Amino acid sequence: MARAEALSLRHHIENASSDQLFFDRTAIVRVADLNRGTSLNGRLAELVGRSVLIATTGQLTSGLALIELDGVARRITILPPDVDPAHRGALIANAEVDAAVVDGDTSAYFSNLPVVVTCTPQIQPSERGPDGNVVTEWVLLTSGTTGVPKMVVHTLAGLVTAIPPQKFSETTVWATFYDIRRYGGLQIFLRAVLGGASLILSSAGEPIADHLSRLARHGVTHLSGTPSHWRRALMSPDIGKIAPGYVRLSGEIADQAILDHLRAAFPNSSVGHAYASTEAGVGFAVNDGLAGFPAAYFDGVRDGVEMKVVGGSLHIRSPGTASRYVTAQSGPLLDADRFVDTGDVVEQRGDRYFFAGRKGGIINIGGLKVHPEEVEAVINRHPLVRMSLVRSRQSPITGAIVVAEVVLNSAGRRALQESEVRDDILKLCRDALPRHKVPVSISFVSALAVAATGKLARRV
Amino acid sequence: MSIRLTIMDQMAEVAREHGKTLAPLGDDLALLDSGLDSLGIAVLVARLEDQLGVDPFTTSDDVQFPVTIGDFVRAYENGAR
Repeated sequence: MARAEALSLRHHIENASSDQLFFDRTAIVRVADLNRGTSLNGRLAELVGRSVLIATTGQLTSGLALIELDGVARRITILPPDVDPAHRGALIANAEVDAAVVDGDTSAYFSNLPVVVTCTPQIQPSERGPDGNVVTEWVLLTSGTTGVPKMVVHTLAGLVTAIPPQKFSETTVWATFYDIRRYGGLQIFLRAVLGGASLILSSAGEPIADHLSRLARHGVTHLSGTPSHWRRALMSPDIGKIAPGYVRLSGEIADQAILDHLRAAFPNSSVGHAYASTEAGVGFAVNDGLAGFPAAYFDGVRDGVEMKVVGGSLHIRSPGTASRYVTAQSGPLLDADRFVDTGDVVEQRGDRYFFAGRKGGIINIGGLKVHPEEVEAVINRHPLVRMSLVRSRQSPITGAIVVAEVVLNSAGRRALQESEVRDDILKLCRDALPRHKVPVSISFVSALAVAATGKLARRV
Repeated sequence: MSIRLTIMDQMAEVAREHGKTLAPLGDDLALLDSGLDSLGIAVLVARLEDQLGVDPFTTSDDVQFPVTIGDFVRAYENGAR
């Protein structure tokens, strides 16, 4: 274990003001209390040098555990709540997990690990725990892959490279629609911790009206989310209750319409969007109110970040990129020149670049990823279908939505009622797929283009 | 069929496909309280574009995000003019 070159997370709260609070739906934590107390029942010493899985139900307990564990554990793997439980075994094996932090609801799943510690938002007074002086590996999980999520290795030093060394005033209150156990949400958590600001955490399943009321009650000043999060908030009658001065979008393509809507809703606010990914880290921020980003961002090194376009896809090299995947089977994360291929396709129009979707055609529906191939496989099961192409169609509500083009076989072409065949295919999809993967429309075409590789030609 | 009826028809259809129950739809009801979630509304907007030939939330610069059923219907009625 290497000696720490940078401060551990715990060091950043040593001078925390008594006004710095973390809120979730049911609990309030005074961050400074962690300097004289523990959320881990005083059991931090048992986690020294271990590979710890943070598997709490709540975001608040995850955040508290991160503060106590950074610099103490050898490795922290952060488990987002939406990961398929069937993948837990593989994740535990791949990260050589030998301890878990849980809250009441998940403890049963991990009882076979050598150490299982319960985290609670009630900070108990305790002696100062072990000093954090190791460089802890932070392992984040990617979303959008089929099968076991890829496990991406960061360090705290890398995760905070894009965070300005700024202390916020005591009235600053950050919040995010994200879960802090994903890269985008974690950035907001770290901004609040490092900047000494309060933080309001979101809660799975909380109605948007309740969430907005909670943000208003605690006086949110800085708020981030995906364009889909924001569109949903803008459709709520309670949007008028909040007036954040700082409004940020990331995680999906921010189109001009959503930027304009947010400027209209918050006329006195700074509205900007940012680009980041779990593997590449933070790429850049755009604060001129326009969609896309200036072509000048490709000139030289900006805030430590270099970018280039290879085969249409954005590549990023920066101190904030992850170093590797936990397992070699996931492939190299960096190329020979230490660039990350983000897989996000960009195209130039005039002096700006715009995002055009994902390489490989992955469709992002309000944050939920769809691989066209899995939908096509279901459609192609229909006895009257020869082949199909699933692609994205723009949506002002969820960013994108799934549509399908279908080539019928000869029996299908002889079918009398096209609409009956369509309904039948849709029924097949509804029975086999979650709602967001079911095509919103099916059009019948006579042929689909096949590329020289023998694969379906997918336009981005 | 009037634009309003077309919209109500499609809302019922999407709710049925998504296994949701629609609330009694009045103009003042918040769209998100109608029984459709974001995904349902996204599907509704796409279907209406196919049927009515207009997506007022993408094409127009000055349309606010719809909060109530009334806002939603008016956006289409204005868009069709």
